[in-house]
Amino acid sequence: MPQTDVSQRASTGPRSQWRPALPLLLPAYLWLTVAIFLPLSAMAFFSFMTELPLSGKPWAFTLANYAAFFEKSFYAVLLRDSLRLALEVTLWCALLGFPCAYVLAKILKGRSREAIFLLVILPFWSNGLVRVFSWAIALRGNGLLDRTLNAILPFQVNVDLMFSYPAIVIGLVHSYLPYMVLTCYLTLQAIDDSLIEAARSLGASRFTVLRRLIIPLSLPGLVAGSVLIFVPVVGSFMEPRILGGRAGTFYGTVIEDQFVAVFNWPLGAALSFILLAVVLIILGAASPILKRAA
Amino acid sequence: MAGVQVHGVSKTFGLHRALDEVSVDFADGGFYALLGPSGSGKTTLLRMIAGFDFPDAGRIVIGDEGVERVPVERRRIGMVFQNYALFPNMSVADNVAFGLSVRGEAKTDIAREVKQALDLVQLEELGQRRPHQLSGGQRQRVALARAIVTRPRVLLLDEPLSALDKALRVDMQIELKRIQREVGITTIFVTHDQEEALTMSDRIGILRDGRLVQEGPPEEIYNSPASEFAATFLGDANILRGKASEEGIELGDGTVIRCCNAGHNPAANSSCAVRPERIRIEAAESPEASSGENRLKARVTKRIFAGNSTTYFLDRDGQTLKVLVQNSGGESVADGADVMLYWPAESSVLVA
Repeated sequence: MPQTDVSQRASTGPRSQWRPALPLLLPAYLWLTVAIFLPLSAMAFFSFMTELPLSGKPWAFTLANYAAFFEKSFYAVLLRDSLRLALEVTLWCALLGFPCAYVLAKILKGRSREAIFLLVILPFWSNGLVRVFSWAIALRGNGLLDRTLNAILPFQVNVDLMFSYPAIVIGLVHSYLPYMVLTCYLTLQAIDDSLIEAARSLGASRFTVLRRLIIPLSLPGLVAGSVLIFVPVVGSFMEPRILGGRAGTFYGTVIEDQFVAVFNWPLGAALSFILLAVVLIILGAASPILKRAA
Repeated sequence: MAGVQVHGVSKTFGLHRALDEVSVDFADGGFYALLGPSGSGKTTLLRMIAGFDFPDAGRIVIGDEGVERVPVERRRIGMVFQNYALFPNMSVADNVAFGLSVRGEAKTDIAREVKQALDLVQLEELGQRRPHQLSGGQRQRVALARAIVTRPRVLLLDEPLSALDKALRVDMQIELKRIQREVGITTIFVTHDQEEALTMSDRIGILRDGRLVQEGPPEEIYNSPASEFAATFLGDANILRGKASEEGIELGDGTVIRCCNAGHNPAANSSCAVRPERIRIEAAESPEASSGENRLKARVTKRIFAGNSTTYFLDRDGQTLKVLVQNSGGESVADGADVMLYWPAESSVLVA
């Protein structure tokens, strides 16, 4: 029976696995192609030009935009500052997010867990710009934070965090904390309670259980959350600009300037690709550690 | 090593009374099984001895130390969990070493003791493996080695064999018993498997709805169950109900069933239990039957031949009785036959 032969081969062959999967994969890949690959290629193209072709001026291919990064230490210093900012924000998110995820996953049950969960993901539901401006209201001198503290504390304090580095960190941590809470929550949730009980029955204190069992087992979540936060924060521009003012000049804001203020798209594009390369190099260098953790 | 005493321990979870004034004395070095259906409170009792839950009332003494308020990490107990709970981020050797390194013992001592423990459970070769690379039986052994390497005062086992398949379970029963004898540790074993409880333990405690309904050596509980529940939960039993009488009970049709423990409290006990293997089947009135024997007329409804034995299901006045006959080469009784059942008075026990 040759017909059944063919159908049998088709059902086991590698090509047939793709046929039913294709309608499911195609929309996502088409979208990714249109939304990411095409604009990114256009940007890559622009980054090698002297002028934006849309402006009507004559243009030529050049490497000058990339060379600009290396000619002035200005960009490298800004990039270093941005990396430091991202590292700091990621660390704060881990310090604040992990305990919160632990309580959600291991201590709270039922209704109270749902309520706290809602509070954690609330920042996702509000508009980013609204969020940042709310912080501006809270952090400025004679603002919400200043007044509240002075109402509670018996002595006079002067809190004006607006247009400062801490303000940027506060705003960014607020925006990105949910990523850390959610990724850590997922890995903590997967840790069987009997493991913790077994460790305690062997004489381990709660701190030992945390250090030798819970943190190692939830490392994949911590790593995933850190990557999710670190990468966008390196290039962030909205929070630094609004909350940082003059203190808020970072690599991301300089790129933004090239696009919206100076209209030097080729330079902006080149700076973006240098950032992408640096981030990829950092992730690549860290990948042995990341792999072991995951 | 130490004995464990539980005095009048009660525990309520919400509205559910999980344990109701349970008292048990676990002898030093003994192997004790807590047997009961799910929800009977056996695991709650074990967790309370371990220190994961604290009793609402009552005392728990390990050795001569009252521990009912001592947290688990300071009770010096060893526990084996139903799912083994091996640490997936550590090798087998590190799993076993965990309890020792937590105490801050020297590296060389730890290595020696871990090796001894792995030898004891016959896994000396597998120290560098990860838990996920082991079979169920091997994981079980690692969990056991990890629990006893710290020389705990008492070993607590929470249904440790229930996840294994039948053949492996029987092997592990023998193995567990051997290790327990070798180490000589007081062991409390929670199970819902009556066969496991019978074959492994020195004493059995039967729990039901948070109460200890009977307690004693396996033979004693099997041969003289105190209640219908104990009789049917531990092994198989025919329960006959009637009016209490001087010699035992009087069935509805006036037949008197003589029981070994008759006369103690005739008003309370009006049912008796007879083990299926204690009953003899005769094709007709038997001349051999002594006058002291109980006798009942019944009709065979079904038989199940199992090689070394045959189980007969018989009908007597609408009640189904079960008789187990060893295969000794005699003639079998046909379906539908009217037969006589005989058993001595010592084989029927009045139960509550």
